[in-house]
Amino acid sequence: MTDRPRFEETPDEIFAHEEEPFEPHVPSPAVRPKGPHLAAFEWIKANLFSSVPNTLLTLFGLWLLWQAIPPMLDWALFSAVWHGDDPTLCRQAGGACWAFVEQKHRFILFGLYPWDEQWRPLLAVCMFIAALVTTCCPRFWKPWLAGMWIVVFAACALLMWGGVLGMTFVDTGQWGGLPLTLILSVVGMVCSFPLAILLALGRRSDLPAIRSVCVGFIEFVRGVPLVSVLFMASVMFPLFLPEGVTINKLLRAQVGIILFTAAYLAEAVRGGLQAVPRGQYEAADAIGLGYWQKMGLIILPQALKVSIPPLVNQFISMFKDTSLVIIIGLFDLLTTAKTAVAEPQWRPFFVESYVFVAMIYWSFCFFMSRYSQFLERLMDTGHRRT
Amino acid sequence: MMAVSDQRATTVTSVPWWNDRRIRAVLYQVVVLAGVALLVAFLVSNTLDNLSSRNIATGFGFLSREAGFAVSESVIPYNPADSYFHVLIVGLLNTLKVSVLGIILASLIGTVVGVARLSRNWLVARFAAAYVEGLRNVPVLLQLFFWYSLITEALPSPRQALNPLPGVFLSGRGLRFPEPVWGPTHAAMGVALLAGIAVAWGVARWARRRRERTGQLFPTGRVAAGLIVGLPLLAWLFGGAPLAMDVPELRGFNFSGGLSVTPEFTALLVGLVLYTGTFIAEIVRGGILAVAHGQTEAGLALGLSRGQVLRLIVLPQAIRVIIPPLTSQYLNLTKNSSLAVAIGFPDLVSTANTAINQTGQAVEGIAVIMAVYLTVSLSISTFMNWYNRRIALKGAR
Repeated sequence: MTDRPRFEETPDEIFAHEEEPFEPHVPSPAVRPKGPHLAAFEWIKANLFSSVPNTLLTLFGLWLLWQAIPPMLDWALFSAVWHGDDPTLCRQAGGACWAFVEQKHRFILFGLYPWDEQWRPLLAVCMFIAALVTTCCPRFWKPWLAGMWIVVFAACALLMWGGVLGMTFVDTGQWGGLPLTLILSVVGMVCSFPLAILLALGRRSDLPAIRSVCVGFIEFVRGVPLVSVLFMASVMFPLFLPEGVTINKLLRAQVGIILFTAAYLAEAVRGGLQAVPRGQYEAADAIGLGYWQKMGLIILPQALKVSIPPLVNQFISMFKDTSLVIIIGLFDLLTTAKTAVAEPQWRPFFVESYVFVAMIYWSFCFFMSRYSQFLERLMDTGHRRT
Repeated sequence: MMAVSDQRATTVTSVPWWNDRRIRAVLYQVVVLAGVALLVAFLVSNTLDNLSSRNIATGFGFLSREAGFAVSESVIPYNPADSYFHVLIVGLLNTLKVSVLGIILASLIGTVVGVARLSRNWLVARFAAAYVEGLRNVPVLLQLFFWYSLITEALPSPRQALNPLPGVFLSGRGLRFPEPVWGPTHAAMGVALLAGIAVAWGVARWARRRRERTGQLFPTGRVAAGLIVGLPLLAWLFGGAPLAMDVPELRGFNFSGGLSVTPEFTALLVGLVLYTGTFIAEIVRGGILAVAHGQTEAGLALGLSRGQVLRLIVLPQAIRVIIPPLTSQYLNLTKNSSLAVAIGFPDLVSTANTAINQTGQAVEGIAVIMAVYLTVSLSISTFMNWYNRRIALKGAR
């Protein structure tokens, strides 16, 4: 071979290379072979010890873990008391008292619901969750979902109230725990959503009177805390109604939550409406659609698609906010957890009670937030112009 | 021309009046307004009937009557003989105290955690993610109960109070720490502190102008810190360095003397700050990710350090994305401070609630709560909108 640069080689010469004697491949020092151990080592070096401050941070973090994890594991697992009904055993053990959760889980989950009838709220909760999971699969987004929900609502109402088919009647005052939290949030979602769409459309309306009514309502509700809305529902609602007419506490709280959520959802929907290009409105006008046809067939399908992530976020915060009904004395999941540790002998074990309930809330909210990320990817059809 | 407009006029008039857009528009609005007015009239008349049948007086006359209940903590002097108006002011000041402190601390935590979540250090990023995902998905009220129980149940009684520093006592009744015996020197120190802040602000302004004109950097942070700490220190030294302290002492079942932070206030502040901090962290992270990566690379190519790139290039651009959602988090924190009523911190809602229970004047009490929160919310959003306009790109849109 000559010393000529390679790109001047003729085709013949290129073929000539094939007859060169075989040379074993010697790795250059820059490209070391990567076994699993070496790859892990390099990853650690790049992500944990890339510089002096990083190394210090990592060491500090490891020290924190060392300080926190063993005592926590010891508390939660090794020294924990799992069974029994004796608080003194728990005190001696010095670890977590999961026996408390074992003792009280039915009260925490179902509140004051009659003990022997608690299979009914359990069944209702299972149906609710199954319906929710079904609704979350895009595969099942068919018209029959609405029918399924009506059936589920009816069945749950039947189970919770009873009074027929040999089930004893249970007043809403005895409802509590997880079913109550789920009812407040799911009914709140279902009822506030259409209201929110109307409010959002009203806020973008050309008619000044309708617009100002909607703006006034939305801004007023968004400016005050939910606590004050609930107070209003519990203290002022009875004053608003004609004499002799009473509605129960649960319904009052539910109405308060619906009105409050609707104002926030309306802003999410409005964001979606604003994201629909002007041309879509004009095109709908041009083909002669009326207002409701234009909105229902052209604008809202596009707007709601865009506003699904903020809507789900609003649902998450509403689910957490149902815990505020403790302030007006409803027995939701948080109230039962707080009441369960009110007995003097169980008082030291408030951590277990709150952790148990926090895990329930956390799993629902975490699932919803992951689901909203999934929807965002699913809905991203790449039509966005940026 | 005339012919065309005449023709248009005739087509418009040929539409039957009930299909005319303008007439319909007026009609719809009249119907909606009439509906709203009827609803309001119905509610008001029912309310008045109910109030008169229960012999509850209407109007805000009760505000000048004696409140007659004690509050556990107050920014201004208060005793139960003062009026309802006075106790509502006490509540409002407590709300503002916890909101302002909470907003400052939550912003700090949120910024640090938001940046940490994007850290190149894997462990730090995991810590930040665990904090955000863990606390964001649990109701804030549950967290408040947890902190409150932790302070009141897990900490020892005042007799066995923890004593981490001399004169500082930590017990189930809260934190007690020594209070300086106030004198004229302390007033001078306050004036010096204000002067230090003012001068530091001026220096920062001058340094930024100079940097924009000439590109020269000035150690603004260190000089400002020196001014703000140094001037009060000088005042203290010239005033004869007074060191007298009012140290808390155990008397009977509780401490007397010194300053205290109550468990209610601590639980509320910690709960609100940690909860809102997670949301602010996500907002900060989103804002930083929204700045094109080319900006970071350009900064690094100019030879700036990673810290300088973050401080001088990324954050000033990210803040434009961050401010609007940050505003709503500040509003949320302020509104969530009303959860104080659940753990017994005497904020506005809590004091107003007691007043409602004592006088039965629910309508007026709730009207006061809502009016105050609306005012506070509007003030915060006005201020943040003003700030947003100030930092917005000039000439854009």
